[in-house]
Amino acid sequence: MSGTRAISARRIRWPGTVTPLVLGAAILLTWLLIALFAPLLAPYDPIYQDAAVRLQPPSWAHPLGTDNFGRDILSRVIWAARIDLQIAVFGVVFPFVIGTVAGSISGFFGGWVDTIFMRVIDVVLAFPFLVLMLAIITITGPGLGSFYIAMALVGWVSYARLIRAQFLVLKNSDFAMAAVSLGYSNSRVMFRHIMPNAILSSVVFSMSDAVLVLLNGAAISYLGLGVQPPVAEWGIMIAEGQGFITSAWWITTFPGIAIVTLAMGFSLLADGLGEALGVRE
Amino acid sequence: MSAPVLLDVRNLSVKFPMARSRMGLGPRRSLNAVSDVSMRVAAGETVGLVGESGSGKSTFGRAILRLGELTRGEVLLDGQDMARARGEDLARLRRETAMIFQDPYGSLNPRLTVRQAIGEVLHVHGKKGAAGRDARIVELLELVGLDATLMDRRPGDLSGGQCQRIGIARALAIEPRLIVADECVAALDVSIQGQIINLLMELGQRMHLGMIFIAHDLAMVRRLCDRIAVMYLGRIVEEGPTEQVFKAPRHPYTRSLIEAIPEIDPARMLPSAPLPGEPPSPVNLPEGCAFHPRCPLARSECRTAVPPFVGGAHRAACILAPGGRLNEVGENLPETTPATPTERIETC
Repeated sequence: MSGTRAISARRIRWPGTVTPLVLGAAILLTWLLIALFAPLLAPYDPIYQDAAVRLQPPSWAHPLGTDNFGRDILSRVIWAARIDLQIAVFGVVFPFVIGTVAGSISGFFGGWVDTIFMRVIDVVLAFPFLVLMLAIITITGPGLGSFYIAMALVGWVSYARLIRAQFLVLKNSDFAMAAVSLGYSNSRVMFRHIMPNAILSSVVFSMSDAVLVLLNGAAISYLGLGVQPPVAEWGIMIAEGQGFITSAWWITTFPGIAIVTLAMGFSLLADGLGEALGVRE
Repeated sequence: MSAPVLLDVRNLSVKFPMARSRMGLGPRRSLNAVSDVSMRVAAGETVGLVGESGSGKSTFGRAILRLGELTRGEVLLDGQDMARARGEDLARLRRETAMIFQDPYGSLNPRLTVRQAIGEVLHVHGKKGAAGRDARIVELLELVGLDATLMDRRPGDLSGGQCQRIGIARALAIEPRLIVADECVAALDVSIQGQIINLLMELGQRMHLGMIFIAHDLAMVRRLCDRIAVMYLGRIVEEGPTEQVFKAPRHPYTRSLIEAIPEIDPARMLPSAPLPGEPPSPVNLPEGCAFHPRCPLARSECRTAVPPFVGGAHRAACILAPGGRLNEVGENLPETTPATPTERIETC
């Protein structure tokens, strides 16, 4: 190719049909397939300890090396995709649903209903996110179930505030007023007219939220409160490998790359969706 | 008026509470958007409601359809008060009235196709079974001069004029008896405005609709309306048959509005002294006649006494109007001093 390549300082020029949407979806699909076919793809049992091959660097037998228990890193990264995708999905779905319901009721009806919801949200927001999660998990006991409960209890406030703000604007829009004037019921105005227009920004936000949830899940597991060893999960793998970071870099690096690519997938999908659906921000 | 009264609004007031001044310690104040307005609309009659922005005309239109707050007064639809109606009574109001909005795009849900938007009205009100619904939608679209091929388009694919016609078709789908059109042509191109006005005139006559046409464009109102009511700061200052009001306005405010209509007629000069200033704040209404600070004919007593709304079919709230306290003989409003040619140049 001759001539100058157009390089924009502000935004990346995506070649051809490779848009952020397509790229993000492709990355997520790849991870989904890896998770689905983990038993076929993984060369070894992810929790089998082989003392003979402890701390092996990447080689043909172990393409991503082995950890201090002699477990195959590649197999563990592949199996961990199942857990981490699950974390990203459930960690988003519960807060999304709770927040959407709470936010729409709060925004649509206003008055004392709104006041109550807003004060509860203020209370939740008053605590640092991770601290509140740790407190909840301490009460419910370590494990993934606790992590989802904590995520749902803490994470819904972002969605509630997003949806509420949209409802506050849209309920005074002409089309919502037109719907009222045409004699539609409250629920019809709420769910058929306002909700489809209000929910877009939440859908886009949920994609970038998935990234945060994933990192949170990794952090909680790292702290020993999420997924329990010896189950393979990227956060745990990084936690376990940190003692060997100078001598065996591969233990922490590859799960780290896995997290980054999955997070990038969600992030690109969020960008692409936002553009496709015409959501600002 | 021989036609039966369809809508009878009596002494309607709308006040919006405001935050207290001086960090919540000041007196409780409220904004008087509409004060003590009465209006009657007969079936088949079109009443124009005009006034400057902020005069309360939209608030009034929304209040009578129960789309906004209302503080006091009665809204009788066929003699039944709707001002505090709930449940089934309110549902009847919704079934028999419709609103046409100013923003042709904003009043349509951007996610619904034309078929869905109009079909929903028919579905909710049980107008047609699923089978006859499409035929009825086509019929409504033809009624407002649109092609049936637009059925599966969304508002984003349509022009402003087309959207406004769809808004009208949707309003007609509930077969209303009263329509409130709130500045429904203000956002459209001039050529389209004429088409929509003609459409409303034709529909109003054919369907025997009562219509309240809220506008600030007096030329449109003159073309469309049987009667006209002029609002200033939340009150009706003059009301009467359109031609009478245009030919012999009885309130100085109406006269200045009519004089300010631009016309393509080089012989007719625009008024030498257009209405000065802005309307006063609706929070602190002036004592006496609310118009006195801007009135070219104001007398000292205008500052103290609120003029009563007097006259027969053509009424005005001014002491100088025929039947008013200073004009019991019934002469026309006195002329303001005609401007000399030099003054005219200065104001240009």
